[in-house]
Amino acid sequence: MTEQPMVRFDNVSKRYGALTVLDGLNLEIARGEKVSIIGPSGSGKTTVLRMLMTLETINDGVIWVEGEPLTHMERNGKLVPADLAHIRKIRAKIGMVFQSFNLFPHMTAMQNCIEAPITVLGMKRADAEARAAELLDMVGLSEKKDHYPSQLSGGQQQRVAIARACAMRPKIMLFDEVTSALDPELVGEVLEVIRKLGREHDLTMLMVTHQMGFAKEFSDRVCFFHAGKICEQGPPSELFGAPKNERTRQFLHAVLEAG
Amino acid sequence: MIWDWAFAFEILPVLASAAIVSIEATLIGFALAASLGLVLAVVRIAVPWTGWTISVLVELIRSTPLLIQIFFLYFVFPKFGVVLDAFTAGVLAIGIHYAAYCSEVYRAGFDNIHRGQWEASVALNLSAWTTFRDIIIPQAIPPIVPALGNYLVALFKETPLLSAIAVLELMQTAKIIGSETFRYTEPMTLVGLFFLAMSLVSAALIRSLEGLLNRRTMR
Amino acid sequence: MGIRTLVAMLAVALVVIGALATQESYKVFMPGLLQGAVLTIEIAILGSLLAIVMGVLAALARMYGPAPLRWLATVYVEIFRGTSALVQLFWLFFVLPQFGVTLDAFLVAVLALGLNVGAYGSEVVRGAIQSVARGQWEASTALNMSRPQMLRRIILPQAFVAMIPPWGNLFIELLKSTALVSLITLSDLAFKAQQMNQNTFKTIPIFTLVLLMYLAMSLVVTIGMRLLERRASLGLARGKAA
Repeated sequence: MTEQPMVRFDNVSKRYGALTVLDGLNLEIARGEKVSIIGPSGSGKTTVLRMLMTLETINDGVIWVEGEPLTHMERNGKLVPADLAHIRKIRAKIGMVFQSFNLFPHMTAMQNCIEAPITVLGMKRADAEARAAELLDMVGLSEKKDHYPSQLSGGQQQRVAIARACAMRPKIMLFDEVTSALDPELVGEVLEVIRKLGREHDLTMLMVTHQMGFAKEFSDRVCFFHAGKICEQGPPSELFGAPKNERTRQFLHAVLEAG
Repeated sequence: MIWDWAFAFEILPVLASAAIVSIEATLIGFALAASLGLVLAVVRIAVPWTGWTISVLVELIRSTPLLIQIFFLYFVFPKFGVVLDAFTAGVLAIGIHYAAYCSEVYRAGFDNIHRGQWEASVALNLSAWTTFRDIIIPQAIPPIVPALGNYLVALFKETPLLSAIAVLELMQTAKIIGSETFRYTEPMTLVGLFFLAMSLVSAALIRSLEGLLNRRTMR
Repeated sequence: MGIRTLVAMLAVALVVIGALATQESYKVFMPGLLQGAVLTIEIAILGSLLAIVMGVLAALARMYGPAPLRWLATVYVEIFRGTSALVQLFWLFFVLPQFGVTLDAFLVAVLALGLNVGAYGSEVVRGAIQSVARGQWEASTALNMSRPQMLRRIILPQAFVAMIPPWGNLFIELLKSTALVSLITLSDLAFKAQQMNQNTFKTIPIFTLVLLMYLAMSLVVTIGMRLLERRASLGLARGKAA
């Protein structure tokens, strides 16, 4: 028996009124695979992550996580739209880091990291704190654990956000343009943490990024999105080295020119 | 029987004529509030040293109950030899009370005018009066019309307080009907429904006005 | 108006009340007025507590409740905002007994004022919840929190700060509205004033004292809410200046 893909988008579409954001998306991501999504703005790439995190509903198709439907559930052998309890069960496998950090401003770095483990996973405070301390150490912020988000730089806030997401022990991590809101000199420290995460943890990672260099070096596969569809995908060496599609070439040319 | 339709229809004309008194009080009171409020807000800008005095005055009026202010005006004027009938004293009190609220609305409107408008007026050597009349007020008023409208509705809902000094408006009339017939259900409920209907209609009007103003400024 | 000015105004109001109270022509009214003020304060506090409970419940019901509850909350809010406080007070006082429900006047006062202000309060709560950034909901979803967990732990603590100033205004409105209870036989401050005025016709001393007393009570509420706001926003703004 072949191993189930970690995530499978099965003919998934997303529309806002007359506007089709994603058009019949089919995408499989293997366990432990690191996939980067690139493409021009408005190509639907962020929507892919948001649908997987259940922040957006889908109009057509099914999303599967480890062979189980996320957006649907089975009832009498048929797939029906999932209820909240089912979504929460499957969603527990997924974590997300946002472009604008979205730390809780009324909680310290430590409190941000233990909130969900205590309330959602029902962990004991001491255990949650021990795990959070480890994670804050991993992102290099042990000393800032009692700081509030407003006291941290953007790069530090984003590293706390990564620690917070990891504290829920997800199997899949989603990174949505996590360096786009940062000053250029702070981008490196965040990317370094993501690299470390990739090395040390057994995580499936899906990231939307504008950092072409990082996508090339870090990912196993790169998907180029255009107008709601995957236009081209492949190993970074191929996609960046010898893009087959004209649109991919144009996009890479424009991005590298600007970078 | 809890609700008597025949009785309700019988008292309807009496209540309707009382409603006219309520509406009169509202319109006169609001005209007073809107104009006095504007005067307060303009004086405050035109004569800077009055700012503090006006703030304290506004705070005083807004911090004390309208009912007490109505009683006060009604009973205190005769002490100075001026006898006001209940309607006049009551409407005056309501008007002054809401003028304090309105002046803050105007003030917010003036504060939203970009500094450059004042500076351009100075550069064109416009007099203070012309600046207000032709430059500031035409820009400041439209955005605050909905806020003023909300105060108009709030003022309307306070007119039943006039019943405390026996003005024959809706509430007083309903109370008299109640005490004469020992039936309060119909008159009181009808009064409530009248206010509810007027409020819902005005809220809808204010909303569409807001939409209209938004479109205008978007253009 | 700055908090210092407010405190100064409160001090002046209290000093003037104190000074007047030593004057022969004012002194006689003090015991009665103070007695009335106690009832006013009792009704204001209980009414405010009811208003908070109703405001939060109605807002949550309207935003997240199942359809019938949402509908019920909307009707409550529209009715109590759409008719005036005095109408509600009289309705509960005069009409309810005709349905066989006779409530004590004090209870009617607390109910009417609390329900009235609670309806306005629900709009405040709703607005404050909606003012919390969307990213906070999304982050809580990504952490797999349940809706009650998000509300209780993430959204409401942040909305709380935004709610304080408008609730301060509502408490002042409620305090002022307590004067209406004098019209349903309760001997509050307004009732005592009216009664003494009818007996003695000393309008100016009586109403000067009463207005000053209401002013002092309003200022206490305003100052208290300002201090609360300052404390509550501390947690959110900590280090922002640095």
